[in-house]
Amino acid sequence: MSNILELHNLKKYYATQKAVDDISFNIEQGSIFGLLGPNGAGKTTLLRMITGIFYPDSGSIQFDGKTFDPLNDIIKIGYMPEERGLYKKMKIGEQALYLAQLKGLSKSDAMAKIKFWFKRLEMESWWNKKVEDLSKGMSQKLQFVITVLHAPKLIILDEPFSGLDPVNANLIKDEIYGLAQRGSTIIFSTHRMEQVEEICDHIVLVNLGAKILDGTVGDIKQQFKENKFGIKLAQVPEQLNAASFEVVEQKANQLTVKIREGYQSNDVLQYLLQQNYTIEVFHEILPSLNEIFINLVEGTKATTRAFQPVTD
Amino acid sequence: MNKTLLIIQREYLTRVKNKRFVLTTILMPLLIVVLIAGTTFLSIKGKEEHKVAVIDSNGFFKGNIKNSKAFTFEFPEGVDTSNYLTKGYTDIILIPKFDGTEKKINYIIRSKKRISINSEDEISTSINAAIEDNMLQAAGINKAQLDSIHKQSQFAELKAVEENGGTVKESSAGLSYAIGFGSGMLIYITMFIYGAMVMRGVMEEKTNRIAEVMVSSVKPFQLMSGKIIGIGAVGLTQFLMWIVLIIGLTTAAQAFIPHDVMEQVKTLQQANGQMPMAGGGMMKAGDAAQQIYKVQHTFSTANWPVIIGLFVFYFLGGYLFYAALFAAVGSVVNEDPQDAQSLMLPITMPIIFSFIIMTNAVQDPSTPMAVWASIIPFSSPMVMMARIAYGIPGTVPYWQLGLSMLTLVSGFLFTTWLSGKIYRTGILMYGKKVSWKEMFKWAFRKK
Repeated sequence: MSNILELHNLKKYYATQKAVDDISFNIEQGSIFGLLGPNGAGKTTLLRMITGIFYPDSGSIQFDGKTFDPLNDIIKIGYMPEERGLYKKMKIGEQALYLAQLKGLSKSDAMAKIKFWFKRLEMESWWNKKVEDLSKGMSQKLQFVITVLHAPKLIILDEPFSGLDPVNANLIKDEIYGLAQRGSTIIFSTHRMEQVEEICDHIVLVNLGAKILDGTVGDIKQQFKENKFGIKLAQVPEQLNAASFEVVEQKANQLTVKIREGYQSNDVLQYLLQQNYTIEVFHEILPSLNEIFINLVEGTKATTRAFQPVTD
Repeated sequence: MNKTLLIIQREYLTRVKNKRFVLTTILMPLLIVVLIAGTTFLSIKGKEEHKVAVIDSNGFFKGNIKNSKAFTFEFPEGVDTSNYLTKGYTDIILIPKFDGTEKKINYIIRSKKRISINSEDEISTSINAAIEDNMLQAAGINKAQLDSIHKQSQFAELKAVEENGGTVKESSAGLSYAIGFGSGMLIYITMFIYGAMVMRGVMEEKTNRIAEVMVSSVKPFQLMSGKIIGIGAVGLTQFLMWIVLIIGLTTAAQAFIPHDVMEQVKTLQQANGQMPMAGGGMMKAGDAAQQIYKVQHTFSTANWPVIIGLFVFYFLGGYLFYAALFAAVGSVVNEDPQDAQSLMLPITMPIIFSFIIMTNAVQDPSTPMAVWASIIPFSSPMVMMARIAYGIPGTVPYWQLGLSMLTLVSGFLFTTWLSGKIYRTGILMYGKKVSWKEMFKWAFRKK
């Protein structure tokens, strides 16, 4: 499948820091893409370049096979920023209509689409309410509708689930899957790794303005696996001395073992069978994205630089 | 539809549809009328009444000194500086004996409270007039002659006319003052009201993070100019409604004037102030008709279409000039309204300063200060309006007007350009307090 977005060597320097320093990656059409990174890593700057708000200092962006032209391509992009932005005093229907028209839809077209989405997400009764009357979750839903209303090819969602109850979160999640199936590409920016694992096909991790990880969720987990296996035996012997593995952790009759270099999982099984232990469970333990994330980011200045003690 | 137009439309409609807008538009003229009536009433009512005891060693002031509204002069016996207060006088004047050969004498007024400059003037005029009368009488003019001379000499009335391309045209300094001050004041007030409205609008978009959503579909400059134009249109609508309201009220007021009085006013208008000869002598117009004619006649001396046209121009020019700056300030402010206060100062200072120049220019419209302030765009909207009321091209030559309009237009183009650059960066910047130095840097960098 073709790439909807290709970033080539993007750079954006501010006076005091390199917000984005030479980042390149591609996003496949119709995929759900996760953009991850700790606070201040440069995600927002990156997203603002993709949405045409900022121009990169150098590098190029290819959108839908052509050089990105913010003025004309903006209608094909829907951007939902992390901090929700709506006029508090404006009626919800009018607000949706106004923002849709600013995206370039005609009034009648915008009206039809708003009606469709409001009906779909059961928001019809909200039309004459003001935004200030809505709860946080409700305004979240409204913001989502406004973002996807004009059927953009590329949808950028920054923390779309914050403040949503599980029911509404599922509702939005299903809509995201649906949009992806109908050909939209979704960039999903979040700190919540379990959501990323669940939803995203492909992720990129940025830290301190640079890309440090790029690949599918499965590949990355394989890449960072530590050859750990979980074993459950009917009865655990006092001592388990094998050349092929060492026990890392033990909880009752559940063991976590790490396979030594040069051995494979079958060697472990062979050993256990030879010893005539009853194996109830044997499975590979892959690291969670959360662990990978913390491993990669911890220790860099990113998370700690703000509160370093002053030393002479 | 054009996106800027959409933004203008929203900014305009959300404000005009607001109940508060309708209410202030109707209440504002009423409030001004009440305010003017109130201050006039207080200034009449609040004038202190002086009961002055005059101790005159010469004995000729009695009967020659005239009482006025505020001053009653009396010539009591047995009153001196030690007891005038207990005898119910507020002031006492001591005039020493003189025979008219002295170069200069001093007379003294003693009072419980300090007297004002105006009162001092009034007293010395009264005393000097009495001395003059006394000298004239000493020179052989009797009192009856003197009284008739005083009465007769009041017949002359000043009528000011100004050059008007070969012919002359009547002018009224009082009306010019009122128009100049009124329009200057109105521009001053609206500049603050609408400037602050622009700033608050920008701050709302920034703190509610609307700007982030908006700038992903429109350019920041469109967002800023749409807001400025939309709110400017609200201002114009308000003025239009005021004009309609004033015309409506005066027409309604005229309906209460009896028909025959209006007929007389019409006759006066046709005859240029003189009642025609009828039968044996002059027809006499009623007092009411003469009053109405006078007011209407005074109003007709002003060139209303030019004044209103230029008022709209200077209101818009001044508004655009300052609104852009207010927008720039709004874009760099974070949640803290105190930041807004301190950042606004460099903008509000020139406005207040212009207002002070305006109050001087309206009294003397041709000083170099007034002329230059009416050309420099920082102050021209107010100061030029103060001068225009005195006449074009008499007081304000065409070249000054042209130059002033040109600098104002280029001025607001410049502030809009400048603010656009600050706004673009500021609107997406959170959590940091921005200094004027940084804003300056944003404004003048290349990209």
